[in-house]
Amino acid sequence: MIRVKITPNNKQSQLQYIREISGVNINKCIQCTKCSAGCPASARMDILPHEIIRLLQLGQVEKIFHSKSIWNCASCFVCTERCPRNIDIARLIEAIRLTIIRQPGKSKFKPDDVPGIIDDKMPQQVLVSGFRKYNR
Amino acid sequence: MMYSYYPGCTLKTKAQDLERFALISAQVLGIELAEQQDWQCCGAVYPLAEDEIAGKLSAVRSLAAAHSKGEKLITLCAACHHVIKRVNADMYSNEFVRKRVNNYLQLPKNYNGEAKVLHYLELLRDDVGFSKLAEQVRMPLTGRKIGAYYGCLLLRPSNVMNFDDAENPSILEDFITALGATAVKYPFRTECCGGYLTVNDQEANEMAANIINSAIGLEVEEILTACPLCKYNLEKELGTNTKVRIVYFTELLAEALAIK
Ligand code: SF4
Ligand code: SF4
Repeated sequence: MIRVKITPNNKQSQLQYIREISGVNINKCIQCTKCSAGCPASARMDILPHEIIRLLQLGQVEKIFHSKSIWNCASCFVCTERCPRNIDIARLIEAIRLTIIRQPGKSKFKPDDVPGIIDDKMPQQVLVSGFRKYNR
Repeated sequence: MMYSYYPGCTLKTKAQDLERFALISAQVLGIELAEQQDWQCCGAVYPLAEDEIAGKLSAVRSLAAAHSKGEKLITLCAACHHVIKRVNADMYSNEFVRKRVNNYLQLPKNYNGEAKVLHYLELLRDDVGFSKLAEQVRMPLTGRKIGAYYGCLLLRPSNVMNFDDAENPSILEDFITALGATAVKYPFRTECCGGYLTVNDQEANEMAANIINSAIGLEVEEILTACPLCKYNLEKELGTNTKVRIVYFTELLAEALAIK
């Protein structure tokens, strides 16, 4: 559990948007940390999955928007599979990513980035999923 | 038995082996796979946001086409299977999605998630049967130590994918055993290879490294996969290391049926 101050903030509309497009009820989380314990990408996350939920509960979306965690989540669905409260954490993190990349110019992976990563073995599936995940 | 077959974009290009060996094996096993006409790319990732409709349309087109023929829809690529299966679940149980998709597509008849989607492995397990498959094996892979790599997309979330036990699956090991080889269970067989992170985070390859080291630690010689992206990530991490090879499950199938 992380200690955070509850502060009134102006991000209510973004929080509402995340709730809406994820369809996830964050209030059900009991901070058991099972999601973070199983997350294979946690080594490269500054805010762990259960902390993301806690921050959302407290309305502190700004911290999450600036974290690298949301870009390093692989949508592997381990957290979703194991949550004892049936919270779809993968869906929630997708909603947070989308809240950012749906804004003009905020795509994380652009056509110009392709030459830098492509090699002759790379399956089409990599680029298609890259664009679907990080570009709007 | 006749089935509708959905290949997906990668099987026509970089993962031709996954498809080629599947199709010739199906012939030997008496399975008729008819490739769907005008199939479209599934989008590679299931659109998780509730309000994303467009990304689900191509899956529904294939599902509805299979349903109108009264055939089960067979997939081969783990990613295509994941997308199509989850979209089908949405069409069955999510009124919001069902209504918008049907409004958009204007199919001759509304589609409500009736089709049955089977991954090729499920087809072998449930419709052919692994014991029947074992009877058809002409060149048993005796003595080969093979580790199944499941990854994420076939297994999770299990309440929708319904593929196998998400924490302790056995379908691929049963498949390996049916081919006469030795199935080795290693700890990281259901862990994520990093998936699409490969476009964004070069360090994500440590996820692939964990899987490979876990398998090598138990003397696995070949790692079996159903996903072109997993194969790519694992091979990239492997580099010139020849301790273990990454193979599509269909290649081993064709080998055991003596048609490779
Ligand atoms: S596993 Fe579920 S209940 Fe437990 S901390 Fe994570 S989101 Fe909360
Ligand atoms: S879906 Fe994302 S947050 Fe959840 S376990 Fe996988 S990588 Fe971690």
